[in-house]
Amino acid sequence: MLLDHLPALLAVVPLVAALALPLAGAVRPRLVYPLAVGAGAVTAVLSLLTLERVLTRGVMRYHVGGWPPPWGIELVVDHLSAFVALTVSGLVALALLYAGPAVRSGTAGSPSPFFALALLYLASLMGIVVAGDLFNLFVFLEVASIASYALVASGGGRALMAAFRYILLGTVGASFYLLGVGHLYLLTGTLNMADLSQRLPELGASRVLLVAVGFLVIGLGIKMALVPLHGWLPDAYTYAPPAVTALIAPVTTKVAAYALARVLFSVLGAPAALAGIPLMSVLAWAGGAAILVGGVLAIRQNDLRRLLAYSSVSQVGYIALGIGLANRPALAGAYLHILNHAMMKGCLFFAAGAVAARLGGSALTDLRLMHRRMPVTTACIVVAALSMIGIPPAGGFFSKWYLLVGALEAGHTLLAGVIVGGGLLAAAYMFKVLEHACLARPDAAGHASDESPGGRAEAPAAMLIPLVALSVGIVAVGIWSAPIVSGVLWFAAAAGLE
Amino acid sequence: MGTEPIEAWGPALALLPSLVAAGLIRLSSRRPALREAWSLIASAAQAAAVFSLVPAAAGGAVVQTTLIELAPGIPLLLRVDALGSVFAALASGLWVLTTVYSIGYVRSLQEHAQTRYFFCFALCLFAAVGVAFAGNLLTFFLFYEILTVSTYPLVVHKQTGAAVRAGRMYLAYTLTAGVALLTAVALTQALAGTTEFRPGGILPGTLPIGTLWALLGLFVLGVGVKAAVMPLHSWLPVAMIAPTPVSALLHAVAVVKAGVFGVVRVVGYVVGPDLLEGLGASSLLAWLAAGTILGASLLALTQDNLKRLLAFSTISQLSYIVLGAALGTPSGLAGAIQHIVNHGVTKITLFFCAGAIYVASGRESVSQLAGIGRRMPVTMGAFAVAALGISGLPPASGFLSKWYLIRGALEADQWPFALVLLVSSLLNLAYFVPIIISAFFGSPEEAGGVAEAPATLLVPIVLTGAASVLLGMAPDAPVAFLSLASGAAAAILGAP
Repeated sequence: MLLDHLPALLAVVPLVAALALPLAGAVRPRLVYPLAVGAGAVTAVLSLLTLERVLTRGVMRYHVGGWPPPWGIELVVDHLSAFVALTVSGLVALALLYAGPAVRSGTAGSPSPFFALALLYLASLMGIVVAGDLFNLFVFLEVASIASYALVASGGGRALMAAFRYILLGTVGASFYLLGVGHLYLLTGTLNMADLSQRLPELGASRVLLVAVGFLVIGLGIKMALVPLHGWLPDAYTYAPPAVTALIAPVTTKVAAYALARVLFSVLGAPAALAGIPLMSVLAWAGGAAILVGGVLAIRQNDLRRLLAYSSVSQVGYIALGIGLANRPALAGAYLHILNHAMMKGCLFFAAGAVAARLGGSALTDLRLMHRRMPVTTACIVVAALSMIGIPPAGGFFSKWYLLVGALEAGHTLLAGVIVGGGLLAAAYMFKVLEHACLARPDAAGHASDESPGGRAEAPAAMLIPLVALSVGIVAVGIWSAPIVSGVLWFAAAAGLE
Repeated sequence: MGTEPIEAWGPALALLPSLVAAGLIRLSSRRPALREAWSLIASAAQAAAVFSLVPAAAGGAVVQTTLIELAPGIPLLLRVDALGSVFAALASGLWVLTTVYSIGYVRSLQEHAQTRYFFCFALCLFAAVGVAFAGNLLTFFLFYEILTVSTYPLVVHKQTGAAVRAGRMYLAYTLTAGVALLTAVALTQALAGTTEFRPGGILPGTLPIGTLWALLGLFVLGVGVKAAVMPLHSWLPVAMIAPTPVSALLHAVAVVKAGVFGVVRVVGYVVGPDLLEGLGASSLLAWLAAGTILGASLLALTQDNLKRLLAFSTISQLSYIVLGAALGTPSGLAGAIQHIVNHGVTKITLFFCAGAIYVASGRESVSQLAGIGRRMPVTMGAFAVAALGISGLPPASGFLSKWYLIRGALEADQWPFALVLLVSSLLNLAYFVPIIISAFFGSPEEAGGVAEAPATLLVPIVLTGAASVLLGMAPDAPVAFLSLASGAAAAILGAP
């Protein structure tokens, strides 16, 4: 039955589309955009089906070509993979729709390469999510990175330098990860996650294991831009074409965070301490530091996209913190934040792109009178901002709630303070944006006349629809967060803690 | 006690009008008349819905709506009990009059951004009634935060540099408080295993003392900022930069009363008066309140801007309620809950008067009011009645709750607090009486060609003024506020 092949299809569908797109583009250039959006949408629907199947029938294990592991490639979809797959494919599908007008107007390069790379990127992200062994995870991680280097570099000018920096650090991250994988292979003779998780406890702690874990965590830490390994992120997100940032910013770091959780919980079994090093606590504190450092740096920015980039550094800290706390509520909070942050950051970068297209730039001063000229976009920014700050019923509040409960349960009072205090930092930088967008007066004596809209400049529907969909989604996820947690994320968290 | 909550849709329906109206107002941004009509209809509908729930609450019944789950095991719970219905009835009742007043105010001054103004106003009332009806701490927090963010656009309404700075200060205070409250809520969930409000409290007394004090500290910070307990009060005078109807309803009734209401909720339904007393925290809280009562009254004496003076008076009066809650005696609690209403009705009258004076004459300073009583006799007459009421003199209702509070202090054998209340009354007279005297006995020439404000402003002033007198004469007549307050006090203290 076709549905039995769902784990493979998640990666194969966008991959085939990515390869077919340049051919289609050569024949009928106008087909490229609808085909890309269609492929993204199909992947999202397949992810939804996969999640439904995992929920009703449990974990899916798929042997590529019918070859069982350890000879063949195994794909595994559990609650966490299915949840992240749906988050990623949904966001990317919206970003593909969103990119249409920008690509047509030429600011993100010509259509075929952009959409082909974007679909390749989607395919490899889905590959990371379904990979059942560490080596395939590496391959997909690299393909995703290469696709995103190319996408960032397509901006030209300063984006080239940003992309170069991204490549350097990204390659270091990938190499570290690969070294870690190599060490584990030397130790156990397998790369399959399930096999590894069985053999590693038998071997006990050793210096080789410690080195392996160190390489893995630092490598993935770079990929997820965890402070102090975040150096590549701000420039890449700021100088890439807006459509590219809108595509990669919401999901890149989340998938790396997923990979980290996967390695820590499914392979290593969440060791509280490794050869005397309290690995999980270090991760939790690094997350806490990221929340504060990213937040403080974001407050100091005067460019919307750069501010949002530092905000990402801060928000990734929440996910790392939750993984590091390694108890059920904290993990559920971290996983929920993968979704929430993907949606709010997507919403905000979509809005930033719309602003850049319509108001001429993304400096905060360019936002002047935005609430008049782009009222819908402004409203979406408000919703995302409330989510970022953690005001219920926006989704961001609920991930913070679970993280907070988890931190208190673990007895980490100080980290609990960081979790809620990070909301204040978010308030400082998001209200800085809103002050520029909403509170600049047209002129000193501008009374009465300003009820008339005057020069509406909303982005075209293809950009506005994904934006509005995300802001509605942010509130919807907030309102229905309890079913999401008790139906999906409790299982995802529990599976990691067995 | 012993009454099982009845599940019904009433509480949720009472919240609906303001939420729907907010949407409709936003959609009718091009049509001022329609926008105002939505506000009026919604306020009337909300008031009717809330008042329809009062008789049951006065009879001791508890009606609730359990909506979606907010977190596993913690539902979005709207519950109407005696205490909640006092605040809800006050806020939604005064919203009707404030809407009429607002329409007159923004039209007279040709205010900008009226859509945003009415939109946020409706959202604030949605949140205020939500705070009143919240049946557990997480629901309370949800509405409390919505109240914070939906008030912000009203504070920065003028969009001047000063307004933006005031907005930042407002957010810094209230969001920090929100963070403290959220931590307290999560900690309560961890320690007590529930966040549901129960008369007499939910915290087990067996917890370590240090933890309990930390939790209390977080709660005091969390609700104390909106309650403007010194030293957490500085945002309130600064927020007076908002348009006067906002100051009137939100910064004399909805927002600040959400704070003191929160104090009563936390003391009576989370911590419990017994535990508070046992920790020795009640006298600390009472002295904090007493200090605020006197300190803010003294600061009020030094103010020349009328709205700032009223703000300091509000800070002082709010702590009457905190004091009553801290005393934890039957009369003290009943007095505190009554004072939520009595102070709300009288203080909104004073703010309405300040706004009417501003609209009619452009004056905002106390020193400019000489002779204005001759030109605006109705406004200043209402001002005089309300000012005397705030000071604790009949016929307006302030004296009643003050009487209960003094009795509460004596019941607790804490005569110093009775003295504080009496001294505060004298201080109130010291800043209000000169205004009244100069307004009526100053030379009318100084007031120039000023005349009464338009009827849309005058009618609400007369009605709230009359309401405060009515509440003084027959405290149970319009709404059974006295019975509700006594009932809530009995529920809190009667629990095992």
